[in-house]
Amino acid sequence: MKKYLLFVIASFFFSHAGAQIDPSLLRRVPKDTSRLPMNMDAVYNRPFLQMGKLPVALGGYVEANYQYLSEDGKSEGHQFQMRRLTLFVASTIYKRIKFLSEIEFEDGTKEINIEFASVDFELDPLLNLRGGVIMNPIGAFNQNHDGPKWEFVDRPISATQMLPATWSNVGFGLYGKKYTDNWVYAYELYLTNGFDDKIITNSENKTFLPASKENKDRFEESFNGSPLFTGKVAVRNRKIGELGLSYMGGVYNKYQEDGLTLDKKRRVDVFAVDFNTTLPGIKTSINGEWAWVHVNVPDTYTEQFGRKQQGGFVDFVQPVLKKSMLGFENAVLNAAVRLEYVDWNKGTFKSTGGNIADDVISVVPAVSWRPTSQTVIRFNYRYNWQRDILGNPPAKLAGYQFGISTYF
Amino acid sequence: MKINIPKKWIITAITVATIISFMACEKLLPGTPPDDSLLDGPVEGLTPEQHQIFLRGDVAFNDDVFTPTTGLGPMFVATSCKSCHAGDGKGHPFTTLTRFGQKDSTGNKFLHQGGPQLQNRAIPGFQPEQIPAEATFSSFTPPANTGLGFLDAVPDATILALADENDVNGDGISGRPNWVYAPAYSNIRPNAIVRNGKYIGRLGKKAATYSLVQQTVTAYNQDIGITSTYEPYDTYNGLEIDPEVTYQTVNDVVFYLQTLKAPIPRNQDREDVQAGKQLFINAGCGKCHTPNLTTGSSSIAALSNKTFHPYTDLLLHDMGSGLDDGYTEGSATTPEWRTPPLWGLGLSKKSQGGQYFLLHDGRAKSIEEAIQLHGGEGQQSNTNFQQLSPAERNNLIKFLESL
Repeated sequence: MKKYLLFVIASFFFSHAGAQIDPSLLRRVPKDTSRLPMNMDAVYNRPFLQMGKLPVALGGYVEANYQYLSEDGKSEGHQFQMRRLTLFVASTIYKRIKFLSEIEFEDGTKEINIEFASVDFELDPLLNLRGGVIMNPIGAFNQNHDGPKWEFVDRPISATQMLPATWSNVGFGLYGKKYTDNWVYAYELYLTNGFDDKIITNSENKTFLPASKENKDRFEESFNGSPLFTGKVAVRNRKIGELGLSYMGGVYNKYQEDGLTLDKKRRVDVFAVDFNTTLPGIKTSINGEWAWVHVNVPDTYTEQFGRKQQGGFVDFVQPVLKKSMLGFENAVLNAAVRLEYVDWNKGTFKSTGGNIADDVISVVPAVSWRPTSQTVIRFNYRYNWQRDILGNPPAKLAGYQFGISTYF
Repeated sequence: MKINIPKKWIITAITVATIISFMACEKLLPGTPPDDSLLDGPVEGLTPEQHQIFLRGDVAFNDDVFTPTTGLGPMFVATSCKSCHAGDGKGHPFTTLTRFGQKDSTGNKFLHQGGPQLQNRAIPGFQPEQIPAEATFSSFTPPANTGLGFLDAVPDATILALADENDVNGDGISGRPNWVYAPAYSNIRPNAIVRNGKYIGRLGKKAATYSLVQQTVTAYNQDIGITSTYEPYDTYNGLEIDPEVTYQTVNDVVFYLQTLKAPIPRNQDREDVQAGKQLFINAGCGKCHTPNLTTGSSSIAALSNKTFHPYTDLLLHDMGSGLDDGYTEGSATTPEWRTPPLWGLGLSKKSQGGQYFLLHDGRAKSIEEAIQLHGGEGQQSNTNFQQLSPAERNNLIKFLESL
């Protein structure tokens, strides 16, 4: 692992060290614009740099920001954050065999993750085999999460605090696409290692799928020997947009060990719908995702941990100015807003029959400026109303965020 | 001389200035709720060093969540302190504690069967506890934590002076202390009054708990299934196991509970509230819900020799057959309950999910209903309340909500 990381970092360093490599040898890998891109293509639909005729292409992105947030009048003051630095390495091994890896450093070096490292074999456009560390295609954000693509400093709450984006696992699967003039149809089917019982035994005090990300062993062994199935179908129309339906499910608990029964099998099932479109004429981009989570929590466990969850987000992005600005040709100024909602515990109390709350509503107006399509400078104002499990008056959190994110 | 500033610099400067102006606008940030609308926060007058301990206790109490990895259960009621005491206020029935035992005061006969407290939940793969068929039981809704340090610092002599066990004054009210054994680890209060090796209990629904240390370590152990050096026995198998919280954490939490501020009354200048207060006294409510108490000397200067307004006498009173659950603790009889402090009552909805769950088990859904359920020694006050006009009753309720 360490050697691999060193190789990637060294490769990247040398690719950018102009004193040692003739920059004219570096060239941008042209994007394939002949076909309609979908969310599932996001992993390859990134800017890469290639050195001469080497079959290896490099890329990455960085996100940094400043924020000042206050909750019920109490603030932790001015915060400067290095959210993430991500490096990509892609390689065409043979005509229809390619490899891509994505390594992410989050919050400085607090977390270092391999988010994606897969080999793809194209047997037919309708039948591709993928194996390695894959990003489970639940919803759209998990696959299409690169910072520079978004007008918002924070990732969506539903995608990261209910669904576990970025959620990667080791496994294998198939995917494919079928193109017609205006339509493209796609599917993805994967079997991977999956969740563990941390999703209902964690210090968040709520059913929390991202808690399984703490288990680094999942890249080496399955927690319970039962595979997690993830499947998605999506359709995109050139004029209308893209609609995706996805499912992810499997047994999450350790129900037996050494042949001894520990518990009955308990499942987690997630359903998601995602869509994106651009309104003709005014060019308003709308991008959203909604998901439902069902977890088989033992009846004798606490209601603190929800049996059902639901939530999602929708982003509206309106280009308001598109012209040469400050010397940047084709710069774009956007106005945007994100609306978010998550209910971590959908249900009623056994004791009173009253509603269980544990939810959050969030509104994030934003202004972003893109000097190029690959770089974004964004200013957000966030306001959250978060209620505890009892539905007591919400904690109000609000503040300002200013950040930059760019591919390199 | 004319200076030509490029237009792009002007636009950039205006944009940056606009953003900075926007960010400097405090009005777009949520304000601090008024101090009298919150139950949490420290008592005034703590030193910076004490503030640090308070914050450590605050984190342990409000942020620490236990999991099977950190010792939760295997049988438990709640996963954290905050689960039962949101905002340090009264709790919700979903974390109601069930205590089981017997009707007489000869001591709990079911300790070997997991008594006195039922752990009604269990971590995955385990089964929760069941109430033995022959046991009686009672349900306790979690109480508010605020002002506990003041109650803890009231001298025993003050409590005893309020008692009238044989109703010598003939007012129908005969409060008495619950005499309990203090655990071996207890720091006995200065000038403590002892009877037959027993001390005055003052915490808990039946005043069966001697001190905040006992309250804290018992709650860790019985509510969450967490052992400490003070309470080292696992509730699951009764075996002594390694402590799952440190002395430091227990001491920090005790200090936090001890130094939580007293609830701040609201709307005290309003005429209806003042009228309600007078009606409260006239109806005899204040005979048990004593308005004023004074602390003795405390190692925490902010708690020393302070007069405060808890509306409790910390004594046991017979509340009649309607509130007799057939279960007891210490020397209390089954219909006897400690007078619950009324301070913070008006803020209870904010910690109970928007509605009241009052009396010991949350059965009363309004203040009026709670009064109506007063029997025994509280019957006369109940009757007096019922005889008030609707407007007077409303004023009395307004007064209680102002506490």
